[in-house]
Amino acid sequence: MADENYPDGLLYHPEHDWARIEGEEATLGITWFAQDALGEVVFFDPPAVGSTLTANESYAEVESVKAVSDVYAPLSGEVIAVNDDLSSSPERINDDPYGEGWLVRIKTVEASERDSLLDVAAYRELLGR
Amino acid sequence: MAIELLSTPLHGRHAELGGRLVPFAGWEMPVQYEGIRQEHLAVRESVGVFDVSHMGQIATSGPDAEPFLQRLLSNDVSKLEVGGAQYSVLCREDGGVLDDLFTYQLPDHSYLTVTNAGNHAKDLAWFRRQAREFDVEVEDRADELAMLAVQGPAARALLATLAGGELPGRMRTSTVEVAGASALVCGTGYTGEDGVELILASNDVVAVWDALTAAGATPVGLGARDTLRLEACFHLYGNDLSEQRDPIGAGLAWCCKLETGFIGSAVLETVAVEQRLTPFAFTGPGIPRGGNSVLVSGASAGEVTSGGYSPCLGIGIGMAYVPTAIAEPGTAIEVEVRGKLRSAETRRKPLYEKES
Repeated sequence: MADENYPDGLLYHPEHDWARIEGEEATLGITWFAQDALGEVVFFDPPAVGSTLTANESYAEVESVKAVSDVYAPLSGEVIAVNDDLSSSPERINDDPYGEGWLVRIKTVEASERDSLLDVAAYRELLGR
Repeated sequence: MAIELLSTPLHGRHAELGGRLVPFAGWEMPVQYEGIRQEHLAVRESVGVFDVSHMGQIATSGPDAEPFLQRLLSNDVSKLEVGGAQYSVLCREDGGVLDDLFTYQLPDHSYLTVTNAGNHAKDLAWFRRQAREFDVEVEDRADELAMLAVQGPAARALLATLAGGELPGRMRTSTVEVAGASALVCGTGYTGEDGVELILASNDVVAVWDALTAAGATPVGLGARDTLRLEACFHLYGNDLSEQRDPIGAGLAWCCKLETGFIGSAVLETVAVEQRLTPFAFTGPGIPRGGNSVLVSGASAGEVTSGGYSPCLGIGIGMAYVPTAIAEPGTAIEVEVRGKLRSAETRRKPLYEKES
């Protein structure tokens, strides 16, 4: 399992999800805090490519041995890719939550939604760390 | 009102080990230390130690101890010898299950019965109420006794290095000195592996825990205790057994000796089993959880009472109450998990068995 870390340059949602903005697109995942609270992830149930995410709504489920957790969309958009490697290796969400453990990539639709997300300092403050 | 949680003498050890402490049956207990999967595999491959001091103990002694327990417990207590162990259920008059229990007969011909933490107070009250008609003494020993489970293929070898005498075989019990402390060592467990359980004075449990972990036993939390027992298809009271279910449908007829006349036996003799507790495994993605609905050909057919991820099989597994016709192993079923239908098939128990 990775050491606790929250990279600069990502945008964070209070439900412990992150977004990496790349122009019109964004890559989404869950934070170190989320994967630690969940424990070893054994199952990721992804949304379909082409489906639409709505900000602040659940779009997928991440399940550990002990619990299931909803994954919330930090931004609205259309799913253009899902991390297929997670079907055989869901533990990547624990091992590398901001890298190989990414969940989906979306084409964002509403740039102003980014303003309501937290930067790393604000997210750390929310966590009290 | 804040409810104060009870803690075992090992609470400090759990915290030091990084155990994630959660409320369980009124106790604050570790659900995991390093991780449920690793702890689970440690027990399947080597040896793990569990703090199960939250479990209760009731001592029964006196001239009528055997006929008294024969009246309360579903198994044939007359077959239980000194140094023996026996599993049974405790039933109400209507056959509903109050608890499932192990009872040991000690050298002085008294009995020690181990209760589930959440049922201890209820069981004790039941024992005391029924005891009025018998010449017996019923004592609550839960406060003064602690309990450890040492489980896994290497459990006996590890324990032998710390034990001052021979360890009892499976379903046997004897008093042995372990790491300098006197312990009732019982050849029982809840994992499907070989191993023992130790019942010992609360004052001694920290030293024995330290000796076991220093000798290489992996600390294991309640999370892996649950996944291990589910792979072995052992019942969990509150999930698979309850006052609303009878032991016959739960698959426990083998320990219900109706001819002994235990409380509830008259009702159980006439009970028509409509649903049977049945193991199942997912044949595709997903993980079942207790409370999920079971469907057959699109129609609701039963309910999952225990579900989870099997670290050894790498798939979702569970047990569900389903109509007896569907209980036949190999029947295709569906389980509705959070609005999605997942494919599964009924299986024979245990769900996981080591290749021998």
